[in-house]
Amino acid sequence: MRIAIPVDQNTKNTDVCISFGRAPYFMFFNTETKETIFVKNEAADSQGGAGIKAAQTLVDEGADVLLTPRCGENAAVVLQKAKVKIYKTLSGSVQDNLVAFENGKLETLDEIHPGFHGHQEEQK
Amino acid sequence: MKIAVLSGKGGTGKTLVSVNLAAVSDQAVYVDCDVEEPNGYLFLKPQNIETEIVSIPIPQVEESLCTGCRKCVDFCKFNALAYIGNSLVIFEDICHSCGGCVTICPEKALTEKAKEIGVVKKGTSDNVMVLSGMMNIGEASGIPIIKKLLKNESLDDSLTVIDCPPGSACTVMESIKDADYCILVAEPSIFGAHNLNLVVELVRLFHKPHGVILNKCLDGVNPSEEYCKKNGLHIIGSLPYDKELGTMNAIGLVAVKESQQYREIFTGLLQAVVEEVGHEATSNT
Repeated sequence: MRIAIPVDQNTKNTDVCISFGRAPYFMFFNTETKETIFVKNEAADSQGGAGIKAAQTLVDEGADVLLTPRCGENAAVVLQKAKVKIYKTLSGSVQDNLVAFENGKLETLDEIHPGFHGHQEEQK
Repeated sequence: MKIAVLSGKGGTGKTLVSVNLAAVSDQAVYVDCDVEEPNGYLFLKPQNIETEIVSIPIPQVEESLCTGCRKCVDFCKFNALAYIGNSLVIFEDICHSCGGCVTICPEKALTEKAKEIGVVKKGTSDNVMVLSGMMNIGEASGIPIIKKLLKNESLDDSLTVIDCPPGSACTVMESIKDADYCILVAEPSIFGAHNLNLVVELVRLFHKPHGVILNKCLDGVNPSEEYCKKNGLHIIGSLPYDKELGTMNAIGLVAVKESQQYREIFTGLLQAVVEEVGHEATSNT
């Protein structure tokens, strides 16, 4: 299984990024091989539709699961079409969230927000 | 002569000024570009309404022709397209109707369809031709409706008053683009002066001749008036904070049709603006 997480930095001890579409990097963790890779999010500085492009990147990288604090509706459409399951992260480090996910402690993300689309800054 | 009426915030009196300037002139066209919530028609009550649908082109895919090359996905700067599980997904609300994906598709799998986003309504109210743009709820941009309004064949050489959306965003830029003169309506408060400053910056950027109408004026300090003096802005005139005017407005009456006092005030304001435009035209030639 490949797990994708939006992250602030391209190091294993990074925190989860508060934004999905505009996260600087995505971390992919392969549960079989235990391999971790980081992919730069080319959507981060898009004029619009960042969530769609970011979701496309996840699908292209073969993600099965996404762990994220939030997800916009357009990104969710892409992810649902590709049957990527979305789980809500707890605050804290990526590693804590991976452990929590593997222990079945993360819940599926049911709140899909209608997007910010430049009208509202995401808040920390 | 096209006169745009704008303000940095809502509720300053754009529609009051626009409607009354149009109504007090011999012949005018009133254009409501506040397509998200047009309200000029509530005062002018136009008759013989003709409705024209405004649509924008949106791509659609013929799946049997799409090979999944993703040229369209990569081309779209707004990321309105995604390619998931061997099929193209089109996000209509994200699309800016540039037509780029249709042009770039090597398989001719993409074509354009019309998506209705609102209407332009045209009617008459005594001496005033009334054009109102109305955007459907949930649409992202009113720009195509404003373009349609301002390209209308009814806009001739007679006085055209353009009632702009509030603020200084792209819908306002589209509304003032072809204006000969901009009237900035301002309230007598610090907030009002701040918002006046936003539209002053905008009209200066567009090199539009402009002047200010101070609305809701009370005795005492007027921060917007002070702002005008400090920044060398021309004050066309002022309107009082008046219960009678507020009452007429609240029940949808046109002040110049009801009150001799306001007929005189708006006749004076219109003359002042016409003279300003004439003066600008002379000094620019």
